[in-house]
Amino acid sequence: MKKPAMLLAVAAAAALGSQAHAVTVTLACGSVGQELQLCKEGAARWAKATGNTVKVFESPNLTNDRLGLYQQQLAAKSSDIDVYQLDVVWPGLLAQHFVDLKSKVPAAEVNANFKAIIAADTVNGKLVAMPWFTDAGVLYYRTDLLKKYGFTAAPKTWADLAMMAKKIQDGEQKTNKAFAGFVFQGKNYEGLTCDALEWVNSFGGGTIVDDAGKITIDNPKAAAALDAAASWVGTISPKGVTTYDEEPARGIFQSGNAAFMRNWPYAWALGQSADSKVKGMIGVAPLPAGPGGNPAATLGGWQLGVSMYSKNQDAAIALVRYLTGPAEQKIRAIEGSYNPTITSLYKDKDILKANPFFGSLLDVFTNAVARPSGPTKGKYNQVSQAFSTAVTDVLNKKTKGADAVKQLSTDLARIKGRGW
Amino acid sequence: MTTTVPTNKAVKQRGIEATRARQAVWLLIPTMIAIILVAGYPLYRTIFFSLFEANLTSPDQKTFLGLGNFWFTTDEGVALGFLQDPKWWGAVTNTLLFTVVSVFLETVFGMIIALVVNSAFPGRAFLRTAMLVPWAIPTVVSAQMWSYMYNDSFGLIGRGLLGGTALLANPSTSIWAMIAVDVWKTTSFMALLILAGLQSLPSDMYEAADMDGASKGRQFWQMTLPLLRPALLVALVFRSLDALRVFDIMSVMVGNVSAARLSMTAYARQALIDNQLLGMGSAVSIAIFIIIMVIVVVYVTAFRVKFD
Repeated sequence: MKKPAMLLAVAAAAALGSQAHAVTVTLACGSVGQELQLCKEGAARWAKATGNTVKVFESPNLTNDRLGLYQQQLAAKSSDIDVYQLDVVWPGLLAQHFVDLKSKVPAAEVNANFKAIIAADTVNGKLVAMPWFTDAGVLYYRTDLLKKYGFTAAPKTWADLAMMAKKIQDGEQKTNKAFAGFVFQGKNYEGLTCDALEWVNSFGGGTIVDDAGKITIDNPKAAAALDAAASWVGTISPKGVTTYDEEPARGIFQSGNAAFMRNWPYAWALGQSADSKVKGMIGVAPLPAGPGGNPAATLGGWQLGVSMYSKNQDAAIALVRYLTGPAEQKIRAIEGSYNPTITSLYKDKDILKANPFFGSLLDVFTNAVARPSGPTKGKYNQVSQAFSTAVTDVLNKKTKGADAVKQLSTDLARIKGRGW
Repeated sequence: MTTTVPTNKAVKQRGIEATRARQAVWLLIPTMIAIILVAGYPLYRTIFFSLFEANLTSPDQKTFLGLGNFWFTTDEGVALGFLQDPKWWGAVTNTLLFTVVSVFLETVFGMIIALVVNSAFPGRAFLRTAMLVPWAIPTVVSAQMWSYMYNDSFGLIGRGLLGGTALLANPSTSIWAMIAVDVWKTTSFMALLILAGLQSLPSDMYEAADMDGASKGRQFWQMTLPLLRPALLVALVFRSLDALRVFDIMSVMVGNVSAARLSMTAYARQALIDNQLLGMGSAVSIAIFIIIMVIVVVYVTAFRVKFD
């Protein structure tokens, strides 16, 4: 613990040195799961150490809604918020509004993080934000129910998952009508893009748009992946799954009403909390693979960036350095299962004790599939909406996978227009 | 709104009226300036940007497109104008469906409620106040409330009445679920407008009709309804305009991405805010403006609505 404490002191000194008087910094936090609570606590620790004040701004839950709000504030050059919490797919979209942290944060501090995430946060040589936590989709399952129905391990393929979920669901529904085999994020929003990219990629269907900017979604493997997912809705997943985002899915799993759930690592700590009905009965595994493909997990995660229009940039940078530093990332990993972005923390005993799966799934976290936000640049949001809307139509059985990817390919060509 | 413009001759003859007219003009000037500033300028900017390709976060870097935001096909045959986007036409169709069905139901139910509370019975004053409760609840709150009720795993309607049906999951059923919410919410407003019309009808006319032995049904069809027509049409225009701009119910209940396929305004918001297409979003807003204008003109001329 010596090193984090020292870093904190350095950060505090930096803040105090440049700011003769204490200032108020506004920090925009998300509020999925325990996010808001941990965000407030972390900010309070920094405030106490430095004598500054931190106001926490509560953002909408859905990442799409957050982006809309932030864009309006940034376009108006508003100084209301000093530090923004940014989704991993946003840096390309918002780069011009953020302070270049490259010259403000020591290289050693930056290089302690996963290289892929630093690369995602760097736009045209400018470090837009510092990584705060990383994310990748994982499969949660009920260890007690797997045992009860005679299964020894988590499913390796989607077909296995469907078979196991069906058997468990049929058995459990005799006593519990609301029981579902598998829940995921099926609502038409960014979360569905993440889930569906995992299906498509694990079937070997690519990443919607490839690194060179070519539209690759119109292929039979992608179509097969979407058809497979559509076959779950109404059989192993409730019909209402197409209205669920992260929290409704977690609500069902955590109240003991689902056998499997696709979600982000944050759901682990909450599932193990005292009021959880499934405490001690949760297993975490990599997501299943498609026929002949490999498992795929979508890269998620959030960063902290300092607004160009902030009136207290030095203090804001100090706050970002503190919150993204090892001490704070360790607390967040233990209390909230937020995956650290600092490589060395994956060897930390306390973190591994709280999150036993961090070690075994390190591969999943480091090799997660990126959404095509890099090649599609400022148009990523439109690409994602077109994709999630096409997937929604397949899930609702309005269209078949093959027709959907064909139509999507046309839609994407329209969005690409004169180029990404 | 009509203003009397006095002729020169009248000025000489009726000095007081002319002074009043001048006074009225002076009193109206601040209002006019305010309207030009808060409505005229944004409207001008919207029309201006609809002719450009521009990004919301950097409006200064723009390129002139003419009507390209509305209709444009590239050399490779890719259609870029929003009028060539099937999703836009889907949003238009759904908005029109929503408007026609919800306004029709609201008018029918509103009329029934107004007739009931117009007759004298004990507790009438309480009922008149109570029926306004759904209308007084903010739309976002009632939309959220209803989406909980529609939830397929714990909702009163979704689980309780329909045994686990997810009405909001599918666009083809969700539009009907949302029409139900709008009808629930706005019927009382419609009832209030019709009630105001009913109260202006002379009661001695009904007494005379009773004396002549006209049945209640005949009284309704041949006296009440024709006399109520002006009030009813104004109410219809108001509600139709509101319904054509529907946004909040859909945004809350199915999320912004799905709402963009159901409502014209949500489509505009998606283009402008989510996709940062300032030019395209402005062009869509202009189209909505024109569509609503056309519908209002049709209404007003077809039914000869008088607003004075």
